[in-house]
Amino acid sequence: MLKRQHMPIFVTVALFAFIFIAGSFRYTGFFSAQVLLNLFIDNAFLLIVAIGMTFVIVSGGIDLSVGSVIALTTMISATLLQDGWSPAAVIPLVLILGSAFGAGMGAIIHYFKIQPFIVTLAGMFLARGLCYVISTNTITIDNAFYTSMAQTKLTLPGGSFVSISVLIALLVFGAAFYMAHYTRFGRNTYALGGNEQSAVLMGLPVARTKIGVYMFSGFCSALAGVVFTFYMLSGYGLHAIGMELDAIAAVVIGGTLLTGGFGYVAGTLFGVLIQGVIQTIISFEGTLSSWWTRIVIGLLLFLFIVLQKLFSGRQLLQKHRA
Amino acid sequence: MKHHLFWPVTVLALLLLFNLLYDPSFFSIKLREGQLYGSLIDILNFGAPLILVSIGMTLVIATKGIDLSVGSIVAIAGAMACLTISKGADQNSIGLVATAILMSLALSLALGLWNGLLVAGVGIQPIIATLILMVAGRGIAQLITSGQIITVTSDNYEYIGAGSLFTLPFSIFIVAVMFAAASLLTRKTAIGLFIESVGNKPVASRLAGIRSRAVMIAVYLFCGLCAGIAGLILSSNVSSADGNNAGLWYELDAILAVVIGGTSLNGGRFYLAGTVIGALIIQTLTTTIYTIGVPPEITLVVKAFVVLVVCLIQSESFRKTLMRRWRTRRYPAEKELTRHA
Amino acid sequence: MEERRPILHMKDIHKHFPGVKALSGVQFRLFPGEVHALMGENGAGKSTLIKVLTGVYSIDQGYVEMEQKRIAIQSPQDAQEAGISTVYQEVNLCPNLSVAENIFIGREPRRFGRILWKEVNRAAASLLEERMNLSIDVTLPLHAYPIAIQQLVAIARALNISAKVLILDEPTSSLDRGEVRQLFDVMNKLKGEGLAILFVTHFLDQVYEISDRITILRGGEFVGEYAASALPRIELVSKMIGKELKLLEELPKQQADANEAAGELLLEAKSLGRKGSIEPFDLSIRKGEIVGFAGLLGSGRTEAARLLFGADRPDQGSLRMGEAGAVHTPRQAIDQGIAFCSEDRKGEGIIDDLTIRENIVLALQASQGWFRSISKKRQSEIAEQFIEALNINPPNPDQLIKNLSGGNQQKVLLARWLLTDPKLLILDEPTRGIDIGAKAEIQKLVMSLSEKGMSVLFISSELEEVLRVSDRIAVLRDRRKVKEMSGDDMSEQQVMKAIAGGGEG
Repeated sequence: MLKRQHMPIFVTVALFAFIFIAGSFRYTGFFSAQVLLNLFIDNAFLLIVAIGMTFVIVSGGIDLSVGSVIALTTMISATLLQDGWSPAAVIPLVLILGSAFGAGMGAIIHYFKIQPFIVTLAGMFLARGLCYVISTNTITIDNAFYTSMAQTKLTLPGGSFVSISVLIALLVFGAAFYMAHYTRFGRNTYALGGNEQSAVLMGLPVARTKIGVYMFSGFCSALAGVVFTFYMLSGYGLHAIGMELDAIAAVVIGGTLLTGGFGYVAGTLFGVLIQGVIQTIISFEGTLSSWWTRIVIGLLLFLFIVLQKLFSGRQLLQKHRA
Repeated sequence: MKHHLFWPVTVLALLLLFNLLYDPSFFSIKLREGQLYGSLIDILNFGAPLILVSIGMTLVIATKGIDLSVGSIVAIAGAMACLTISKGADQNSIGLVATAILMSLALSLALGLWNGLLVAGVGIQPIIATLILMVAGRGIAQLITSGQIITVTSDNYEYIGAGSLFTLPFSIFIVAVMFAAASLLTRKTAIGLFIESVGNKPVASRLAGIRSRAVMIAVYLFCGLCAGIAGLILSSNVSSADGNNAGLWYELDAILAVVIGGTSLNGGRFYLAGTVIGALIIQTLTTTIYTIGVPPEITLVVKAFVVLVVCLIQSESFRKTLMRRWRTRRYPAEKELTRHA
Repeated sequence: MEERRPILHMKDIHKHFPGVKALSGVQFRLFPGEVHALMGENGAGKSTLIKVLTGVYSIDQGYVEMEQKRIAIQSPQDAQEAGISTVYQEVNLCPNLSVAENIFIGREPRRFGRILWKEVNRAAASLLEERMNLSIDVTLPLHAYPIAIQQLVAIARALNISAKVLILDEPTSSLDRGEVRQLFDVMNKLKGEGLAILFVTHFLDQVYEISDRITILRGGEFVGEYAASALPRIELVSKMIGKELKLLEELPKQQADANEAAGELLLEAKSLGRKGSIEPFDLSIRKGEIVGFAGLLGSGRTEAARLLFGADRPDQGSLRMGEAGAVHTPRQAIDQGIAFCSEDRKGEGIIDDLTIRENIVLALQASQGWFRSISKKRQSEIAEQFIEALNINPPNPDQLIKNLSGGNQQKVLLARWLLTDPKLLILDEPTRGIDIGAKAEIQKLVMSLSEKGMSVLFISSELEEVLRVSDRIAVLRDRRKVKEMSGDDMSEQQVMKAIAGGGEG
């Protein structure tokens, strides 16, 4: 049975299916498992960041720092590898740094009651700036582990393949799905986004949850940074510029309410895939240029936000039915 | 109570003083070929677009709003003007340049109207409503320029951003005119009062009979216009339009300038002069970092701390925590007493 | 009865806020298996008392005993742990979560950290079924259900935390009759199971229908604790308002009704109403007339006034102002000469960050539009004029209004509306929370305005005040206009009877 609260995610999935099928009819060679898998390969890092962002937005906040944290992660990884560190030390270190960065922002947001948007904006400046403190140039990576991670193809039955990054992204997806729906942390996140004051009065651990949400987003950004490093094999301060916007767009198109309290991790997956498939179509079209992606995504954002407005307007009406 | 300009002016003065100590020739201004040159002039000249955008942003923030799309509008306005000029037979003709300016300003106003309608008409939160144009706007700018950097060769167009009048860069005069216009509009008409009232207490303002929707649409329109003019200055200064990079991160710098200038992100009272000084501080900071030879991108780190510090100062919870710390440090005995009571 | 021990006992509670004694020497007893109504008008200290109980405020003096043991309630969590749970009017649950989740969140049954949803849903369904007689789909989000159900869910959550004391803070304010019935059934059932229920409401009928005992507070002080059956309605009202019955016999001297039938019809409302806030009512106001609205808090007096000003949209009836026609928005109301001073001075009246001067000229400026600006010089003149006329302190037009005392803020708001020279001035609780001197000044001002031909709609909880200034009084009870009286009919006793309603008194 399709419940009413599943409508938004249904719309997202249907939209993805529609675009994919439309593309298949229009372009020869579009309808193949590999094209579908390429969506995952090219957007693995976006999926990981967007999952972290989903939690933040569900909790009623926003995280503008994710793109910069990715860049900072590539930068730190590249430098340390260049200095001869082992990947076994570098990867855990950047993950811890990312989480700590997120937790710090969360603590400031919670304890000093400053708007998330401005705190994470400062975080964005800081992380981006720190990249340049390390270096203003691209640092290439020739570490054997990283190059093998970049080049290994996991062949699937039928001859198509995915990269290791896809595997990581899907693992994160599975974990986040479980976390959102089957753990107290996940449910408290939804409660926080539904009504923070109520959450306090209901005795829920608001501080821990809020800081945890930003910490998770920081962790996801760092992990996405690691995956991005596999993808680019370099560290650079200009990496992933504007990624925060892509992530927010994916989350919103995935049916998560920007005002918080409602949304699905699974929706975010399809939000990412929709962005990917639009890009693929535009590249198949050939005559269309890449900037159309941004315009179409902006248009989708607009549509979904207006839909949300109608949706939440109805919700509000019910709340104040009196 | 200190004057609201005290801190911004002090910070600016300290920055300038630092520059003077570092490089004694910092304040020197030379007259060459009928035009003044010097670091101070440069700060004003390069800071002009940011000041403009920040002025528009100030009014938006005063209504408890925010406009994230200004950077995109900057890019679109520049692209539109350059496209129009590049299509003309005689790129230098006054008529063509005027058409180009009018077209791009009309487009900027339309984009401002779009934001205003989403916020005041549809009732979407400002940060979300303007995010749409922030995302799509870059694409639109590139659509206009077909993804290329459009270069124009038009002395008349170049005059806007690179020309000089009475020995000073022309852009300074544009800023002065817009600042005066904004000040007059808000202080000599009732608009300023309405903006502050709506931003401070929307419900009470409605009950006092203020048409708050019209006020909000007006500020987004004005903000769009300011961003459009900034876009013209920027593109004319380099005689080209770059849809991808023009006005990049202007929204953030502008918000920062407004906050440094003393206008609260919670709306209400606004300080145009404070904003101008805020924008000058940001520009001076950039210049300073150039002069001392650190990679200019490091400005970002400094900005991050400035944002944090300013917001922490504005945060009531932070002040309370600080006060508590300070008090308990001074009267530890009292704390003991209350604990036992 | 006397042998039973109270489960909750609050003794000699004092609570001060800067400049206000919110509670002084209040006591309160609650026995298991009873519904106890806490009654009082605005500023009586009801909500402060409840906030003390729920750990939102700490007390300055006195103590709380739960089952004969002193307890310290420092936070909502402390209150919950002590067995005190509260359900508020605006249900404090998460509307986006499912019904079952709202009952169990924070205490979900888990295995290895994994929430067992089947278990949660089953337990929630059976809890609602058994204790609330409610069978609904517990997997739907809370917001899919009406407020009445949401409240029952909130009560179920409270019970699940093993509450011994349940506080229901105005639960019925937005329920219809059938829903109130449903709630009362549950309350009776729980009472039978031995739960102690503290019930706060403004509806007298409901108080007498459900409660066993009544505690009355007034002005932060304890008035008394009574068995509901032994306290006639009129006495309850008189104790809440602070008028002894015997005093009522000495009727105050009526003021001369010089204005009666003098002026022409100014405003006419016909079966104007809005579902859930005020039932349809008729009202006409003549030129130069002062009409008073009497009624308890929550009787619909504010809601009626808001409809007249266009602040809320009516869903039926018509409203005409002279020949000018209909009124739909505050803007239109102002254009047609109506002014409205809201009872919520802080939220809907003053603009905190603006000065006295700016607050005064705001409404006039708004009706003049953007470009016909009142010069700063003229603004100051106007402000100084009113500061002198209304004796506003501090007499500095450039002082921020948020720094003024309540009475002075009220005077500034009065000035704001007087400046627009309205034909009808609606004053909702203009004298609440301000000192005696300012109170008298405002009353005097209202009367002199009416002499000059302005009509006034005067709303107040203080009966004496309404009687003193009004030419005609409309009485409201339980969101209905129940009576209108003028001339010799206007006596405290008559008004109180109408307010109390029911057959008694």
